Amino acid sequence: MRDANKTIKGTMRNVPIMEIKNIVLRFGGVVAIQDISFDIFEGEIRAIIGPNGAGKSSMLNVINGFYHPQDGEVWFRGKKRAAMKPYQIAHQGIARTFQNIALFKGMTALDNIMTGRFTHMRKGIWSQIIWRGAASQEEYENREIVEKVIDFLEIQHIRKTPVGALPYGLQKRVELGRALAAEPQLLLLDEPMAGMNVEEKEDMSRYILDVNSEFGTTVALIEHDMGVVMDISDRVVVMDYGKKIGDGSPDEVRNNQAVIDAYLGISEK
Amino acid sequence: MSADFLYTIEVILNGLMAGVLYALVALGFVLIFKASGIFNYAQGVMALFAALTLVGLQEGRVPFAHLINAVFGTHVHNFEWTLPALAAIILTVFVMILFAICVEKLILKHLVNQEPIILFMATIGLAYFMEGFGDLMWGSDVKKLNVGLPQGGSFWFEDLTIGWAAEGEKFYGMYVDVLDVWAAIIAVVLVLVLTIFSQYTKSGRALRAVADDHQAALSVGISLRMIWVLVWSISGFVALVAGMMWGAKSGVQFSLSLIALKALPVLMLGGFTSIPGAIVGGLIIGAGEKLFEFFVGGFIGGATENWFAYVLALLFLVFRPQGLFGEKIIERV
Repeated sequence: MRDANKTIKGTMRNVPIMEIKNIVLRFGGVVAIQDISFDIFEGEIRAIIGPNGAGKSSMLNVINGFYHPQDGEVWFRGKKRAAMKPYQIAHQGIARTFQNIALFKGMTALDNIMTGRFTHMRKGIWSQIIWRGAASQEEYENREIVEKVIDFLEIQHIRKTPVGALPYGLQKRVELGRALAAEPQLLLLDEPMAGMNVEEKEDMSRYILDVNSEFGTTVALIEHDMGVVMDISDRVVVMDYGKKIGDGSPDEVRNNQAVIDAYLGISEK
Repeated sequence: MSADFLYTIEVILNGLMAGVLYALVALGFVLIFKASGIFNYAQGVMALFAALTLVGLQEGRVPFAHLINAVFGTHVHNFEWTLPALAAIILTVFVMILFAICVEKLILKHLVNQEPIILFMATIGLAYFMEGFGDLMWGSDVKKLNVGLPQGGSFWFEDLTIGWAAEGEKFYGMYVDVLDVWAAIIAVVLVLVLTIFSQYTKSGRALRAVADDHQAALSVGISLRMIWVLVWSISGFVALVAGMMWGAKSGVQFSLSLIALKALPVLMLGGFTSIPGAIVGGLIIGAGEKLFEFFVGGFIGGATENWFAYVLALLFLVFRPQGLFGEKIIERV
């Protein structure tokens, strides 16, 4: 478990970067998310947990703009967010990874991570085609940042490998790298450790903690491995059948009767 | 060297040159197919439309002259100016970009997440619309296109090769059309520029990213609509180059849109998703059909060029459906 007195450089605690207010999401007659509210503080690691089909991924997709909720509001940095396309939300500084790795399989690890810099590259199409000077200057600058990300994740040796040919664990790491390259204010991770062995899980946990403490990046993650969640997160939201059944520090959540019931089942009285 | 051997070389050479022109058309198909999974039936008509626009602008024709005259009873046909070739080409590029924006706004935007077959049908509709629209805009007469590229056989090459034959053999030197040579050079430059663009620029990377995974592309901030406009603009540009070369060779007329059919076997050979595949496929078909006509055609009544490419494509479909360079087709069971 993390120390309660963990210090984060330069960021005040308890300032919400994102507030989710009364979100309702329906697919036809199926209610995926029922009136859920919670907030994410600046600089914290916020976990969303719950049994399969609880609506966790849907929640992440609402935050990231893939789904548009029927009701409710998303507030980002103190402002109510209008309905936006996912790519516009990426430009606001929200990056994410996917549950089933969504990398550009034909491209090298380096190119994949370079696409993460897309929101930071401003030079127009004409400059890229005709007058290469400014555009290639921009390439160099962004390439430097990408190399830093590659160093940070210790994947120098696979830079030129097409990601489709990489083992699963490394693909997960490249995907994290692509999200990190965007230098996001809010990083969404959808099951970053799914399908990993213990060693890989430890590595991934370390990267997430380092990102959080070194760059002050706010992280919201979905994860099934309770040990990992309890170890690395500051606060936890628990969802079940589209409803919020718990919210608080790992300790509070662990002792919450509703949460225990959801995970272990309720015994017949 | 014996004259027969030299003739064979000449045939291969001319076949390769023709192949370059096929490859130019196929290239437009590949670009759109790679980025959006759409088989763009309208690619040939786009080449025709681009060539028509080029001629029209160059000669200062009034667009929709017949329509205007019919409605208002006027007799306008030409503006009082002609444009230099380069200016007309640049203007045509802008027209093709405008065309790309219209395609995105009027068609693709409304067909997001539809089956490939539906998008394919949409491009068939687009092809017929563009055919009529082009006629209406610039008239249906056969137009001569002259953008200043040299034409005709190369005497220099003829003189150079005439001495290669053995003493006493009947050989008058090899015939090579200068226009074909220019087409080959332009195609090579085009492919190089496209490759550099897609490998080393932000937009090129974004283009490849969209081709690989839509959701992931959106999540890093790439707008799909921007990419579609971009890719249709580029293939519009490739269509212009193809239309220019074919138009200069055989005049700008309706049959130009049928070259798209010649690109189909090229694509089956080279694979729908590979730019080098389009080039190599074009060269193989070009050289193959000329050689076949030269060696076999005489025994079976000639005119084999009309069907050779399709039979070759058929064989490929049977034995290697993904083409020479296409991505391997893996079916999960």
